[in-house]
Amino acid sequence: MEPTDLVAMHMSDGIVNAPTSIVFGVVAVLGLAVCVARARRDLDDRTAPMAGLVAAFVFAVQMLNFPILPGVSGHLLGGALCAILVGPYVGAICVSIVLLLQALLFADGGLSALGTNITNMALIGTFVGYGVAVAMRRIALRSRGGLVATAFVAAWVNTVVASLGFVLEYAIGGQGLALGTVVALMTGFHALIGIGEGVITALTVGAVASVRPDLVYLTRSATPTLQFKEARA
Amino acid sequence: MAAGHAHPLYRAGDSVVHRLPAHVKIVVAFLFVLAVVATPREAFTVFGLQFLLLVAVWVAARVPPGWLATRALVEAPFVVLAVLLPFFADGPRVEWWGMSLSVDGLLAGWNILVKGTLGVLVSVTLAATTPLRDLVSGLSRLRVPSMVCVIATLMLRYLEVIAAEARRMRLARISRGHDPRFVWQLGATVRSVGALFLRSYERGERVHLAMLSRGYTGAMPAFTTTSASTATWSLALVPAVAAALLAVSGYWAW
Repeated sequence: MEPTDLVAMHMSDGIVNAPTSIVFGVVAVLGLAVCVARARRDLDDRTAPMAGLVAAFVFAVQMLNFPILPGVSGHLLGGALCAILVGPYVGAICVSIVLLLQALLFADGGLSALGTNITNMALIGTFVGYGVAVAMRRIALRSRGGLVATAFVAAWVNTVVASLGFVLEYAIGGQGLALGTVVALMTGFHALIGIGEGVITALTVGAVASVRPDLVYLTRSATPTLQFKEARA
Repeated sequence: MAAGHAHPLYRAGDSVVHRLPAHVKIVVAFLFVLAVVATPREAFTVFGLQFLLLVAVWVAARVPPGWLATRALVEAPFVVLAVLLPFFADGPRVEWWGMSLSVDGLLAGWNILVKGTLGVLVSVTLAATTPLRDLVSGLSRLRVPSMVCVIATLMLRYLEVIAAEARRMRLARISRGHDPRFVWQLGATVRSVGALFLRSYERGERVHLAMLSRGYTGAMPAFTTTSASTATWSLALVPAVAAALLAVSGYWAW
């Protein structure tokens, strides 16, 4: 569809060695187990269909390329977006399922790198994004502009920190590059990608909040359920 | 995802590999890839032999290699990293066509390239021989929590619907003259991402209501899974064990 897709953050097999892959596989499984247990508060078994559709949305959005510069396009990772819209636990599960099925069905992201990919994009991405969003919650609650700004910052930080997850894994089990070079390459690159991710996340959250503010998890508890107003004669 | 819930990488067939229970295939694929990743990077012949193992699996599955190769092109993005490595890595350098390349970087690039390629080929082989519903039931058999399986099932069932919705919205934008080239021209694209989320979520609400009105209590009907006998397991594990032994032999030779 688009010319080049340089921004794929899915790690392939062979970037980190086997022990590192296994360790992060265990990290991913443990992290997801916690998410599944905690997600039951936000989502009982009966409402799982909604989460299924959110996961399908993440999948579809990752197929949607956006231009960064002419000839270079990227796609959304969606960690912060999911965290703000459906909460960190359900969000992490949805992103993980997308990553799992991309690896199994579409050969996108290596099987041995699944643990590292889930750790970076689903766990670190979602929770860091959500942490930032919660820290900025008072700004987010103040106005639509505040919510949009919060979403932008959360998505930008989420992208950069997720790339640091890659740096950590590469430092433990990668070979070839000096660590300084990896840090410079990855953070520099992702600081730019993060702007695209941030803009899309911010405007998407803004669009959702203007139509269905009750669907924005971050501000949900503050949404008034029903307002009574005096009729004027 | 038409009536049979096929996916783009699936190739219908009735071979030994197709008939294996999905959970067995998932485990074998993971073990095989781990064996490839654990192989030392200088063991060039071992990678060749592991590739031959895969070819043997394709012959057993009656999947033409050319068909697989075209579908393995998804690996293209990470080749960039492999190509960059020889230029940026440290250590002793060699001259090649007037360029100064790092030996360690060349090996590291080769490492990513060969393991990544074999990994993609394993994934494509698994996807080519396993239909969607078997994959999720295989996951449930591997004790993936039922909540995850329910979400995955519904996601796969509606993925094509949501993706088609996204395509329609894109067509609608393009037919109205939308042609974004720079990141600051994203407005319309992004408003449709917001709309897509709302449409997906509201579709989820409708699907949920429809399921409830048909008696859904929160438990999906149990996945029908075929259990695997010891004989099936031992047959299926042959490629994975062979790949692991090859990986070990790589350490002996070097």
